[in-house]
Order: sequence, then C-alpha cells, then structure tokens
Amino acid sequence: MALRPVRLGSEVIDTGLVVYMPGPNSFTGEDTAELQVHGSPAVVRALLRGLAAIEGVRLAEAGEFTRRAFINGKLDLTEVEGLGDLIAAETETQRQQAAARLAGGVATDIARWRESLLDARAEIEAQLDFSDEGDVPDGLPPRVLLEMTQLRAEIGTALEGVARGRIVREGLRVALAGPPNVGKSSLLNALARSDVAIVSDEAGTTRDVKEVALDLGGRLVILVDMAGLRETSSQAEAEGVRRANREIAAADLVLWLSAPDVAGLPPPDAPELWSVATKADLKRGEAQFLISVQTGDGLAELLAGLARFAEDAAGNTTSLLSRERDRQALQDAASALGRFLTRGQGDELAAEDLRAATTALERLIGRVDSEQVLDRLFAGFCIGK
Amino acid sequence: MTDFGVIIVGGGHAGAEAAAAAARLGVATALITHKFATIGEMSCNPAIGGLGKGHLVREIDALDGVMGRVADAAGIQFRVLNRRKGPAVRGPRAQADRKLYREAMQATLTRQPNLTIIEGEVDDLVVVAGNITGVILLDGRQFSTRAVVLTTGTFLRGLIHRGEETIPAGRFGERPVLGLSQRLEALGLRLGRLKTGTPARLDRRSIDFSVLEEQPGDDPAEPFSTLTAAITTPQVSCHITRTTAETHRIIADNLHRSAMYSGRIQSRGPRYCPSIEDKVVRFADRDSHQIFLEPEGLDDDTIYPNGLSTSLPADVQDAFLRTLPGLADVRIIRPGYAIEYDYVDPRELKPTLELKRLPGLFLAGQINGTTGYEEAAAQGLLAGANAGQLARGETPIVLSRTESYIGVMVDDLVTRGVAEPYRMFTSRAEFRLHLRADNADQRLTPLGIERGLVGPTRQAAFHEKVKALYDGRKALDSARVTPNAARKAGIMVNADGQHRSAFDLLAYPDVGVADVVRLFPQLNAIPAQTLEQLSIDAQYAVYLDRQRADVEAMRRDEGVTLPDWLEYNVIPGLSAELRQKLTAARPATLAQAQALEGMTPAAATLLLAVLKRGPMRKAG
Repeated sequence: MALRPVRLGSEVIDTGLVVYMPGPNSFTGEDTAELQVHGSPAVVRALLRGLAAIEGVRLAEAGEFTRRAFINGKLDLTEVEGLGDLIAAETETQRQQAAARLAGGVATDIARWRESLLDARAEIEAQLDFSDEGDVPDGLPPRVLLEMTQLRAEIGTALEGVARGRIVREGLRVALAGPPNVGKSSLLNALARSDVAIVSDEAGTTRDVKEVALDLGGRLVILVDMAGLRETSSQAEAEGVRRANREIAAADLVLWLSAPDVAGLPPPDAPELWSVATKADLKRGEAQFLISVQTGDGLAELLAGLARFAEDAAGNTTSLLSRERDRQALQDAASALGRFLTRGQGDELAAEDLRAATTALERLIGRVDSEQVLDRLFAGFCIGK
Repeated sequence: MTDFGVIIVGGGHAGAEAAAAAARLGVATALITHKFATIGEMSCNPAIGGLGKGHLVREIDALDGVMGRVADAAGIQFRVLNRRKGPAVRGPRAQADRKLYREAMQATLTRQPNLTIIEGEVDDLVVVAGNITGVILLDGRQFSTRAVVLTTGTFLRGLIHRGEETIPAGRFGERPVLGLSQRLEALGLRLGRLKTGTPARLDRRSIDFSVLEEQPGDDPAEPFSTLTAAITTPQVSCHITRTTAETHRIIADNLHRSAMYSGRIQSRGPRYCPSIEDKVVRFADRDSHQIFLEPEGLDDDTIYPNGLSTSLPADVQDAFLRTLPGLADVRIIRPGYAIEYDYVDPRELKPTLELKRLPGLFLAGQINGTTGYEEAAAQGLLAGANAGQLARGETPIVLSRTESYIGVMVDDLVTRGVAEPYRMFTSRAEFRLHLRADNADQRLTPLGIERGLVGPTRQAAFHEKVKALYDGRKALDSARVTPNAARKAGIMVNADGQHRSAFDLLAYPDVGVADVVRLFPQLNAIPAQTLEQLSIDAQYAVYLDRQRADVEAMRRDEGVTLPDWLEYNVIPGLSAELRQKLTAARPATLAQAQALEGMTPAAATLLLAVLKRGPMRKAG
C-alpha cells in the first residue's frame, strides 16, 4: 500500500492510496489492485474513463467480483444471499431505464435502433447464407449504408448526452426566485460567501441571470440568481423576468423566497420547490426554512439541506457506474459501426461488425439472436429451393 | 456379456455415420436396417454440402467420419459456393450420383471393422430398470446391447400428401414403423409435427437443354475430405430454368387442390425450402423463380428440379411443369409430394444426444426435428460416438459452440427446440470467422484423436498438416521488411519506420499471397495450400483477437453443468420470471442458461453459488 499521485497520461488527477493485493489471499483470490481516491464524482469519473481507455481494461459486470470469488473458492453461501437484490435491480426495467435515460438526452427512439440493425443484418446475412438464390441481390444496398450512418450519428448524439452527465458534471441547478427585493441576491452572496451578484436595496436591480457554483459535499451545485417576478413597464426588466421564468422551468430545485417587508406572490409550478422566509431578524415568517443573512441564522440548515438534495439527485456510485456502462456500450457500438461504414462492404466482416454493434447495444435494445435475424430475412426474401 | 456394445437402428445418413463412429471407437456395433440396399440412399435432392452444410461435412471428416469421403467418390459436379465472399462463408457443395453414393457408403460400412450389418425391422426396445438392454426384431430375433441409437427419420406417424391423396409412409414406397412409436409415446416425450416436401422427378430425355443456361462445376474440383487427393469421377453440368407467369397462374388457380392450402396439412414446413405454392402466394410480386435441374446420376435419366417442391395433384404438376422453358415436353417419372411426420422435441435430449428420460437411448437425424443429410450425419456421428463412449464406460463427448458447427447445432436443438425443420446456416454461429471449412480439422481432429475416433491414416495426415502450418507461420513471421522496402514493392503501408512481417502484410485487405511471395522469394518453399490458409488466418487475425474474450467466457460457462437436483423454484433471490424460465428450459450448462432471455450476470453468479453449496439434505 502506498500514497501515490494518480496520473492519466501526464495529468495528475488525484493523490490516493494504491493497494496491491496478490492472490490467492485477495477477495477474489486473484491478483487485485485497488485505487483509493477522493470521493468526488469528477475524480472517479475521470479515473474510470482513463482506466477504460487502457486496452484490455473494462468495468466488471454486476456481481463479477463475487462470481470470481466463488470460482476461486473464496466465498461461502451466507455471503451470497445478498445477491438477490442485485438481480432484482438488473431486470428488463433496468434496460428500459437505461433506454429512457438516453432517450431523454437525444429524443431518439431506441426501439428503432433495433429495427434498423435487424434489417441491415438480415440483408447481409441473406447475401452470405443464400447467395445462390435468385431473389437475393449482390452487393450492399445504399439504403443499409444510409441507415447505419444515421444510426451511428444517433449513437454519437446519445454519447454526448451521456458524456454530459448533466447533474454530475454541470451541477444541480438551484433557482433563487421570488418577488423583487425579497433578498435573493443577499442570500446568494451569503451562501457563496463572495460578491458575485450585484447587491442593492432598490427593487429590480438584478435584471440578468447570475450563476455561482458551489461545492457542497463533493457535489457541484449551481445557484442561479435572477430578476424578481413582477409586472413591469421597463423593457429591460421584462426581459429579465422572462429569463427568470425560463430558469425556474429548467431548475432542478426552486428556492421560493418571501420576506416580511415584501408583498407575497403565489409560488410558481415546479417539481421541487422549497419555501424560504428571509429577513428572519425582522420578523419570523412561515416557511420550510427561516433565514437571516444579517445574523446568519438558518443558513447552515439550508446549506445542509441543499447538500443532501444534491447527493440524492446525482445518484449514488451505482448510477455513476451504470451511466459509465451506457457510455461504454454506446462507444463500443459506435466503433463497430465505424468499422462497418469505413469498409463499406457487405461481406462476413461487415456481418461481424454489425453483430458486435448489436451485442454492445444489447443492454439498451434487448437481446438479438440469430433466430430473429433469420425471421427478418425469411420475411423479406423469397428463399428456397 | 452383451451381443453388441451399440446398436444403430436405421441406415440413413445419421445411421451410417453413427455406426461408423461407434465402431471406430472399437465397440462391437450393429447396424439394423430394413434393407442393406437402401443404406446411403439420398431420398431428397442429390447433393451434399452447401453453405453451412459444407462446413458440417468438413467437421464430420475432421472426426474421421465417412460422409466427406463417400461424397468425394460419388460427386459429379463440385462447386465451392460464395467463392466471391470471404473464406469463412465459403461452402463446398457437390451434386452426387445417387447410385455411386449408395455403393460407396455400403462399401465403406462393409469394410468397417467392429461393425455388423443386420437386415431386419426393430419392433421394440428391451428396457430393464429404466435402462436399455436390448432390441427385439419383428421376426422375433433379439439382441442385447448397452446403448441404442435411433435414426429412423420420418417414421413417427409419417403421412404422405399428394393433392387429395394421403398415404401413410416413411420414404416413398416404404412403410412406416409403428411398434417403436408406441414405445417412445409411452415415455411421455414431447412430440411436435413438421412437414417437408419434394418435387417431381423428371426424365432427362424429355428435356430440351439447348434453351437453358448451363452451370458447370469448378475446375479443378475441391474435395470434401482432407484425405481425398483428387476427384476422379467424371463431372457433369447442372442447368437453370425459371418459372413463368403461366406457371404461377396454373398454381394459383389450383391452390384449393394443394394438400397444404386445402387445410389438410397444418404442420410447419421449412421457411428456407418453401413449396412452389408457398412462393407463388407469399411472394406474389415476383414474376419468376429460379429452378435448378440437377442430374441424379451419370447413368441415371432422373432429373431433380430443385425449387419446385409441391403437394399439388399429379395432373396439376404435369400442367405447370410444361410452362417452364425447356420442359414443354417433360415426362414425370414420379410426382412430388409433401410428407408430415412427428419429431421428438430435441429439448428432451442431453448435449450428447442421449434422451434424458431413457439412459442409453440416443436419437439422431430427422427424428430430432432437423432436415438435411449433413445435419443428420453430424448428429449421427456425435450420437454414435457417445453411445460408444457409454458402452465402454468412457466420458461423453460434448462439442462447444465456440469450436464447431456441430456444437452450434446440437446446442440450438437441445436448448431452443425447433419450430420448423432445423437447417444449418452460417449465421447461426457467433464465431463464424473462426469456424471455417478450411480449419475444421485443426478445430476437431485433436479431440477426435484424444477420444479414439480418428484412425492412424488421418492422424498422420493431420500431424503433417499442422507441422506445415507451424513451419509456414514461422517463416511468415521471420520474413520482415521496412516500410520503404514494402512501398517499393507496391505494398502501401504507413512510413512509420516499423518493420512488418510477411504475416502482418497479409492482414492488409489488398495484399495477397502473390504479393508477399514477390517480396520474400524464400516463401516460395511453403506449400501453396499452407500459405493460402495462413493468409486466411492473417486476414481475420484482428477480428479473432477481438472475439477471444467472448470465446473464453462462453467456453467457461459451457464447462459448468447444471445438475438435475437444482430446484430453481426455491433459490432465494431469483426473480419469478427467471425461476419459471429455468424450470421450463432446464438448461444443461451455465452457457445454455445464459442464452435465456432475461438472464443476468448476477443470476448466473447465484446459480454458481447454489451449485457450490450442493444439494440440500432432506430433513429427517
């Protein structure tokens, strides 16, 4: 065990403990190395990506370490019963979730990916297995090349969506909203302990949307300060209100502020909305959080609440991994399709590339076996002597 | 002391191969068939091999089976299909002379040591305490044995349909076996019903070949067997004709008289071998279909019109046949017909092709729901070998999906069952680039030698081939060249300063054997065939490397057997859906379980855990 800088290429991404556990005394019974790094998702993500780029390195399948431990005789049954939970989490629903996760990012119909892959494979397999049939054309139809080009583009878009890992990478968006002069900018400054927003006592000062990034327990949280919501004749301010409404709609969480010295407004529709009463030093209002930036009362509770929320929203390590797995699946499929398109032929290597692409996407599109390819093939071609 | 170690029932393609395999293992074997004269009969089209099927023949040959050598002796037109496609999907095929094929097969089996051929009809099996101990013939003779291989084809409730007529029968002119059927029924096996068809046979002298396209064979002909030096049988051509609009009209007008379309046949036929009625109905937009006119023999005037299987009445067959070019004056020797038959759901079998419910009884061929001589022969070989292994108390032989088409076929059969007559296609093999016709011996002969299936002649030939490949590979690896020198010789590689070997260069898509020999004249010493095969290895090397991990994972899981005591319903943590699927399918290995829809890595681990714990002790 040693404390070492962890490098990806020449870049040091963290300093952590490196543990080498030689078999047969490790958990799995095989030679094992463990990297203990700081828990920030950004570090873990960078590390996973770096490791995956090394040839021959891949993520373990769910339960793989346990399985290896069994194979090598390192576990007894009492230690395995818990596997049931793992299995429960791995069903068809999980596939649908993975698909939905991506569909959200690319607005694409993943079921169609399956269809076009089946079509392309049936076309190529027909030429390989039934080349002596009158009904089977020779050569790769341009339609197949087009469809696969489009599929690769869609996978590319999906990859970008996954790569963004929005909440983990971009942070949780928290909108500070409420009527003018309710103390949004003061709260922002107090939370950020810096002077990023213009603070003044004159209503309607904050016309632009301002953002400040916080690190709460290793999670990135973006606080968004915006114009107060009210009817206004000023064109510039009206634009600010319009942007504020857009920010509320896009936010993961809205802090709806009220103050004892400002007329209240009905809160906007938002899936997650916390009421926060400010200026508690003047008068204690009714809300989930009571705060005063003058005395600092309630700020610690609000920050702790935000940290918990961010942790939950970003998900635990498992979802980080499953997103990484989605990315790897898409990446493998994209590479295989890339090889197919580069060669541009309809031979047995093309068939192998498409098979590899289908297998990679299995966790998203469901299992595809040769019987289904044959079903497609016989439906489309008049085969038979 | 039993009369025989193994008894084979049936002398078709599965039976012949099973008998030869058991006898090669040194087990006293008997082949019981109705008539010696029908051993090796090709009851459907007179051809061996083709895409996927040619691979099977090469694998049979690699295990020292007889089909390849017999086809080499009987072949009258050899063609390697898919010559323009990559080597992995090329399939050797031959038109065979039916008489020569029968004669060669009968001679081969007669010469086979340890094999006795008995004419007779097996009426029943002798079963003592749940084990096979013998067979009883219709004439009262009785033989004791340790294992029986049933290769009786379409005998289970075989029913021939031709137009409005139905005739209970096996092959044409043979009666179906009934006694054995009752024995199988009593076992409570799941049975299914399938159908298949055959076209009319035509008189060659009534066909005008001058208006037809001729299709000659390859010259030189490529034999099936690695032990055949050259094809010496005279070669002939096939001819191609087409159906016409008038053909389609006659068929469409008479659909109500077809056994299939009048509703008399309901069982499923093969989608890859539809009747001409099917083609006309399902693909109404096609105005013509290709028909191959295949000779059935050198001194035989029978022509097999491949592509015209039908169950229409004889008069309609006669009418539509005359509308094809070249067939205006055609004479029908025997009209086509469809046959319906029962098959045993192959999920009743272990991967050794032994019935789970009756130890010692093996099934092979059409009775398992397959179609084709090659599929039948391949199963026959495996079933015969395993019956032999059982008889002499040796470990069974199970072939992996990762190593052979036979392994793919048997695994498909015993895990998925069949919905239509099962035929081999190259697309069924995940590792198709590795399972090639050219390396069948490298994949299977070592196993065959280890288990005693391969005789001394093939052993010697194989060792010679392996040594040539080894030496050739060494020569290709040690012949190295700089990018500049390669470019000078016209091979465009990156000018990166890296030396490349001749083997590396062969992996380039546009570099052939001739190019590297020009660059390294010393490679001329390598035999052409060896060099060709090494060049195929090089061509696929990148892809094969990429697949290696998948192959290893599958092989590992194939090695984990799931014993009968596993009770999926009481394994905690398995989802209800998986419990039900596993209970229904009862996979034999972890690899088969993995192929079930919905299986997950964690579920596989759980099964491993339960296996490790062993069976639960009953309370009390």
